[in-house]
Amino acid sequence: MSFVSVTDVWQRYGDRSILERVNVAVNEGEFISIVGASGCGKSTFLRMLLAEERPSRGEIRIDGGEPAVEPNRERGVVFQRYSVFPHLTVRQNIVAGEAFDTTWGALSGANRKAARERADALLKRIGLNHVADQYPASLSGGMQQRLAIGQAMTAKPRVLLLDEPFGALDPGTRLAMHVFLMELKAETNMTVFMVTHDLEEGFKLGDRVLVFDKPRWDPHDPGAYGATITYDFDAKDGGMPYQRILDNYPSLAPEAG
Amino acid sequence: MRLINRTPSRPMAVALAALPFVAIAVAYSVSSEIRLAANPSDKLLPAPSTIWETAIRLFTQGDRRTGEILLWKDTLASLTRLFGGVGIAAALSLTLGMLIGLLPYARRLLSDFVAVLSMVPPLALLPILFIVFGLGETSKVVLIVIGITPFMTRDLSQRVLDIPHEQIVKAQTLGASSLVIALRVALPQILPRLISNIRLSLGSAWLFLIAAEAVASDVGLGYRIFLVRRYLAMDVILTYVVWITFLAFVIDWALKTLSRRAFPWMEAGL
Repeated sequence: MSFVSVTDVWQRYGDRSILERVNVAVNEGEFISIVGASGCGKSTFLRMLLAEERPSRGEIRIDGGEPAVEPNRERGVVFQRYSVFPHLTVRQNIVAGEAFDTTWGALSGANRKAARERADALLKRIGLNHVADQYPASLSGGMQQRLAIGQAMTAKPRVLLLDEPFGALDPGTRLAMHVFLMELKAETNMTVFMVTHDLEEGFKLGDRVLVFDKPRWDPHDPGAYGATITYDFDAKDGGMPYQRILDNYPSLAPEAG
Repeated sequence: MRLINRTPSRPMAVALAALPFVAIAVAYSVSSEIRLAANPSDKLLPAPSTIWETAIRLFTQGDRRTGEILLWKDTLASLTRLFGGVGIAAALSLTLGMLIGLLPYARRLLSDFVAVLSMVPPLALLPILFIVFGLGETSKVVLIVIGITPFMTRDLSQRVLDIPHEQIVKAQTLGASSLVIALRVALPQILPRLISNIRLSLGSAWLFLIAAEAVASDVGLGYRIFLVRRYLAMDVILTYVVWITFLAFVIDWALKTLSRRAFPWMEAGL
């Protein structure tokens, strides 16, 4: 049984089809890049994974659970912007990952102290411990996104959804964020979905690259048909196939001597 | 150089800022001088020195009959009504604004109603308030509340709606309930707006206060102005007007300072 299963998902707004017949199965720990032209429904797909929208047909299950009706702690998310809370300091933003799941949204006493210590450890890990008491607005774009990812991880989600997380960053920061994300991924073995405009980024980070496009196109009614997954690339080993074939089939090795 | 690119130097800036005040003082003195030269008992434009003497008398000397200093008594009564009305309006509009901004059901129920309510001219309701609540304190406070709450509610609910949707979704993925989103995400970001909102509404609040006091009252800044109007006591009226302006300015400045101190994150990016 696959970890995330998307079964025959359709999405339409009014008489405009956005997605149709989307089927995909994802294993735990896979990094899925989602690419496609603007307006092809990849962000819609991410919003459905997030349970912010419900598909008009079909269902999305995580680990065989019931399809969610609203965003919850199973799904962490990082948007391109506005992912952190501007009125909380960097440390409070991390602590919020634990505190928001309580009745009043705040921790007290020993719990609070422990959460702050965990937050400080995480901030050190993501290289933000020197700005723990500052507000997000005073951080650079890259630091804000690192904070957003750290905050999402604090809630220990089962899947992490990234909606063009590095879209607003400069190329240098973007490369640094790739390294950061790959390290984090190796440590936690998290299942990640990332929507990106950048094909190179998609292939570099992803284990699989899903391409969304419209297979059918009515020139008289562009909204008639929706997009679906047209390609499902295996992007492991830099996208080159058969790199591990000898591990799986040692008998194919040329005879020694 | 284009006009839009010319900026005054520091001394020039101070001089420019002072110019309108000086101009109006000079214009008043000159006009007063001319009128008093023609008729020494003219009451319309009393000499600045007369106003100054009256002001000192009003601030320091008690009423001949009761011994109470009326100006302070008026100030206390008016400020109590003003703060009462503005306080109630702020609490009401904050609650309503949060409900309308966060809950789709409350939005459907209330937002059109508040929009219509804010079109009702509050002063036209004043007679009704006097009939219903009597001529005491209640009707005056209620007039202020009715006058500024709809406008404040509309603005605050819009501010809640302006909070990026991403933040609300993010809070949900961290496990926040509706209550936690209201208390920990929306409320802290709305409070600075509430303060700037109060600052904007204070002008109208003063208007409604003085109107209500002018019509029916026995103490208060507005009452006193309209009372001495019968004797053409321009020196008293002008002193009161300057005093009210000063009070309004101090309240505004205090709120501005409070906002800066209490919400450091607002300026973190600047």
